[in-house]
Amino acid sequence: MSYNLNHLKELEAESIFIIREVAAQFERPVLMFSGGKDSILMVHLARKAFYPANIPFPLLHIDTGHNFPETIAYRDELVASVGARLIVGSVQEAIDQGKAVEEKGFNASRNYLQTNVLLEELEKGKFDAALGGARRDEEKARAKERFFSHRDEFGQWDPKNQRPELWNLFNGKKVFGEHFRVFPISNWTELDVWMYLAMEKVPLPSLYFAHKRPVFEREGTLLADCEYITKRPEEQAAVEEKMVRCRTIGDMTCTGVWESEAATIEDIIKEVSIARKTERGGRTDDKRSETAMEDRKKQGYF
Amino acid sequence: MTDYKNMELLRFTTAGSVDDGKSTLIGRLLYDSKSIFEDQYEAVRQSTERRGEEGVNLALLTDGLKAEREQGITIDVAYRYFATPKRKFIIADTPGHIQYTRNMVTGASTANVALILIDARHGVVEQTRRHAFIASLLQIPHLVVCVNKMDLVDYKEEAFERIKADFEEFSYKLDVNDVHFIPISALMGDNVVDKSANMPWYGGSTLLYYLENVHIGSDYNFIDCRFPVQYVIRPNTDEYHDYRGYAGRVAGGVFKKGDKVMLLPSGFTSKIAKIDTFDGEVEEAYPPMSVTMLLEDDLDLSRGDMIVRENNTPEIDQDVEVMVCWFNERPLQVRGKYAILHTTQDVRCIIKEVRYKLDINSLHRNEEDKQIGMNDIARVVIRTTKPLFHDSYRKNRVTGSVIFVDESTNETVGAGMII
Repeated sequence: MSYNLNHLKELEAESIFIIREVAAQFERPVLMFSGGKDSILMVHLARKAFYPANIPFPLLHIDTGHNFPETIAYRDELVASVGARLIVGSVQEAIDQGKAVEEKGFNASRNYLQTNVLLEELEKGKFDAALGGARRDEEKARAKERFFSHRDEFGQWDPKNQRPELWNLFNGKKVFGEHFRVFPISNWTELDVWMYLAMEKVPLPSLYFAHKRPVFEREGTLLADCEYITKRPEEQAAVEEKMVRCRTIGDMTCTGVWESEAATIEDIIKEVSIARKTERGGRTDDKRSETAMEDRKKQGYF
Repeated sequence: MTDYKNMELLRFTTAGSVDDGKSTLIGRLLYDSKSIFEDQYEAVRQSTERRGEEGVNLALLTDGLKAEREQGITIDVAYRYFATPKRKFIIADTPGHIQYTRNMVTGASTANVALILIDARHGVVEQTRRHAFIASLLQIPHLVVCVNKMDLVDYKEEAFERIKADFEEFSYKLDVNDVHFIPISALMGDNVVDKSANMPWYGGSTLLYYLENVHIGSDYNFIDCRFPVQYVIRPNTDEYHDYRGYAGRVAGGVFKKGDKVMLLPSGFTSKIAKIDTFDGEVEEAYPPMSVTMLLEDDLDLSRGDMIVRENNTPEIDQDVEVMVCWFNERPLQVRGKYAILHTTQDVRCIIKEVRYKLDINSLHRNEEDKQIGMNDIARVVIRTTKPLFHDSYRKNRVTGSVIFVDESTNETVGAGMII
C-alpha cells in the first residue's frame, strides 16, 4: 500500500492548512481578490478549507476603475455562487475625493494608487490578516516572502525583519494595530496553478482564453486598446485586431496580452509549459526599475 | 504532454558559499530544465553587464533582494522552483556561512533531501561538516554530496574517492542514513542533468536522475497516528445543523473510518464516524493530508487538542528536553519565559537549564559556556505551562518540533527539536 499524494494534492493540503491557520490565529481576516486566476484559486481553496461551512471571512477587491469589464462580471458571479461577502475599495472614489492623484502621461497607471486604497480598506475594516494569492515564482522580490508576512502599523514590509518560518509552525503574534499578509499559495508555480485549475475543473474568466481584440504594441508588450491608455499617434495608427489572451489579469493599463490560440485550459497548460517568458513579463508595472516590485512591497503593495 | 496528475513533490535544500559553485549548480538545474525564462535571463544578463562583469552571472537569478545584489551575498532563504515530467522541486537556497546557521536550519526544516557541495580542489572543509551536521540534526532523510568542480581536478577518480572517504570518516558519527556521492561540474554540466563523458569510471546516476527517483514515499511517519486539531468547523446551517468537524492536517499514521481513537488531553475514547473533505468522504487519511474528522460521540474538542490511537499515544509531559537553534540577537535567557508553538498548541514555557552548547564544527559539547547567542545550538530543558503531546523529533518531525517566540517583541527567536 502506498500513501502518496500527487504534487497538486500536496500543494493543496499545504495551502488549506495555512488558510485554516489564518482563521484560527486571527480575529478579522480578509481575502484580497483581484479577479485573476491566483485569487480564483484562493477562493476555491478557502471553500475547501471550511467545507461544509461558508468561508468565514469577506473578500476584498480593490477596483482601479480600469478593470477589464469581464473581470467585474466574473467577480460578481463567483461571489454570488460561493455566498461570500464582498467589499470593494474604489480607486476612482479616492481620486474623486482628492485622496489620490491620477498619474499622467503615456505610462500612467493606477497600479500605485491601489496601495493606499488597500491600506485604507484594511484599516477601515480593522482587518488583522489579509490573505493574498502571491507566489514566490512570480518575481525575485517574492522569492523570499514568508507565508506569514509581518507588516508594521503603516502596512510596510521590512525584508530584513521577517520572521523565520520552520516546519508547519506559523507565528502570527502581533501587537494591536499591526497586521499580516498571508500567502497560502507561495509554493505554487504558474504551471501548478493551471494544472490544478484544470484538474479541479474550476470555471475561469473568458479573458484567459484566446479571443479577438484590438491591440497595439508598446516596448515589446501587446496592450489592449482601451480608453484608459493614452496612445502615441504611431501607436494609434498601429492598432489591429489579434487573437490574444491574458496570462495575468490586472489593470487594463498595465496588463499585457499575448498572441495565442489557446481555447481550453489544456491548451493553456501546453502553452505555459513551453513559454519562454514569465507571466509578469507582460506587466509594465514591474518594468519601471529592477527593484520595482521590492519597492512597492515595502510601501504595502499587495 | 506531461501527466501532471502523477507528479510528486520533492523539497531539497542547498547550503554553500558563493565559491563552491552553489548558485551555478542551481542555475544549471533551472536552465537545463528550462525553468529560466527569457526575460529573467535577459534581466540578469543586463545587470551583469552593468556591474562590469563578463558573461552571465547566474547567481544574480537567485539573489533576490536589493541589499543582497548590492553586497553580492545571500542573506536569507530563497525559494526556487523547477519541474520535470516526474517531479516538481522546491529548492530552499540558503547561505552557508556560520553566521547564517539559522537560515540553514530554516531551509532544512521541511526538506526531503539535503544537497551538500564540496569543491573538489579543497575537499571536506569546516563548512562541509557544518552542513552535514545540520542535515542530521534536522533529520533530512536523504543526503547528496556533490563533489563539484571535477573539471578543475582533471576529472580524476582518486580526487573523488579521497573526498568520499574523508566525508564518511566523520559522517559515521552523525545521524544520517542515506548518503549519496556524485562527482559533478556544475559549470560544464557534467553529471548534473546529462551523464558525463569525462568520468567513465563513475557508474552512478546524475544529480537530476537521483532527485527524480529517490524514494520519498517513506519520509513521513505512517505508523504513529497523530491528528492535531487545528480548527473546529460548525456550519450553523439547517442542512448541517449538528455538524461538528475537527479540521487539521494528519501529522502521523493512517486514520481510517471506524477506527477507535483517543482524544488528548481528556483521554476520552470515540470512533471516527467520517473523514470529510470538500470532494467527498475519504476512507483513510495520512500525512500530509488536510481533512476534517467527525466523531461518533458528541465530545468537546478544540484547537490544540489531539486525536490519537488508544494503544499508541505520544509523550504527554510538561518537562521536555530540546536541541535549540537560537535565531535572535538577544541571547537565550536561562529562567526566561517564552511562548512556544508546538503542533497547533500555543503555550508558555520557562527555560530551566542549559545542558550544553554544541560546537557545530567539532561536535564538542561545551558544558561550561552556557551563553547561547544567535546561531548557537544547545541542549536545553524547558517546562511548559500545559502538557505537550509530543514525540521525539527523530520519530516525527511534526510532533517533535517547536518554535520559541519572545513575548515582548513577538519575534520567532528559536527553533527546537524534542529529544
